Amino acid sequence: MIIRVLFFAVAKDLCGISQVELALSEGATLADVKHQLSQQFPGIRELLPRCAFAVDQEYANDDYLIQAGCEVACIPPVSGG
Amino acid sequence: MKPTSLPDNRQAVDFFAIVQNKIDTQQLLERTGSENAGANVLFVGTTRRLTGNLVTTYLEYECYEAMAIKEMRMLAEIAHSRWSDLRIAMVHRTGVVGVGEASVAVSVSSAHRKEAFAAAAWLIETLKQRVPIWKKEYWLDGSSEWIHPEMTEQEQPPRGQET
Repeated sequence: MIIRVLFFAVAKDLCGISQVELALSEGATLADVKHQLSQQFPGIRELLPRCAFAVDQEYANDDYLIQAGCEVACIPPVSGG
Repeated sequence: MKPTSLPDNRQAVDFFAIVQNKIDTQQLLERTGSENAGANVLFVGTTRRLTGNLVTTYLEYECYEAMAIKEMRMLAEIAHSRWSDLRIAMVHRTGVVGVGEASVAVSVSSAHRKEAFAAAAWLIETLKQRVPIWKKEYWLDGSSEWIHPEMTEQEQPPRGQET
């Protein structure tokens, strides 16, 4: 299945792009997405443990089961306000 | 409808927005004001010139807009469950925000000041912890950096939970 991952702020700068499509196996979890990102974008390996992740605009944990077509977002520590 | 009952339209009047231009704080106060409100609290966050010895020339904000609006709506729902009779408006600006200009505003009204102060303080604190918005500092020396507060994995906002 194909999903879309969005990058923001420093994650976007480190990856050099604002979004990417990933091919995942059925049954993949958010942890698998993070693993694949660290393989594909070595530049964000150090940042990843500090990032939160969202699936379809809601914060999600590592065991979250990914569905085809969903929108995953890599969310570095936020600093609004 | 019983003549003595008032319609419960609090959710309908709540307002959330991400804007690119100057925030109209007066309009937010008017939006949350009502004849039932005896207390109106407006918090306005502005770009500060000095951080220690460092001089800021301007800030630039980036936002994951679809999620930011969802998060603000969820925070308002939690606030309604904790404090009574609130009207809530939350607005964040994106793009370049100059020194002295507002980047964020939270307006809350309630029957009494205790609830209005408490809800407004909780909303801005929680917005800063959870809502996916980032600021980039542009310093006087020409350098710039994304501001990402240090956060351990344990401190990250858990899904769908109040922080």
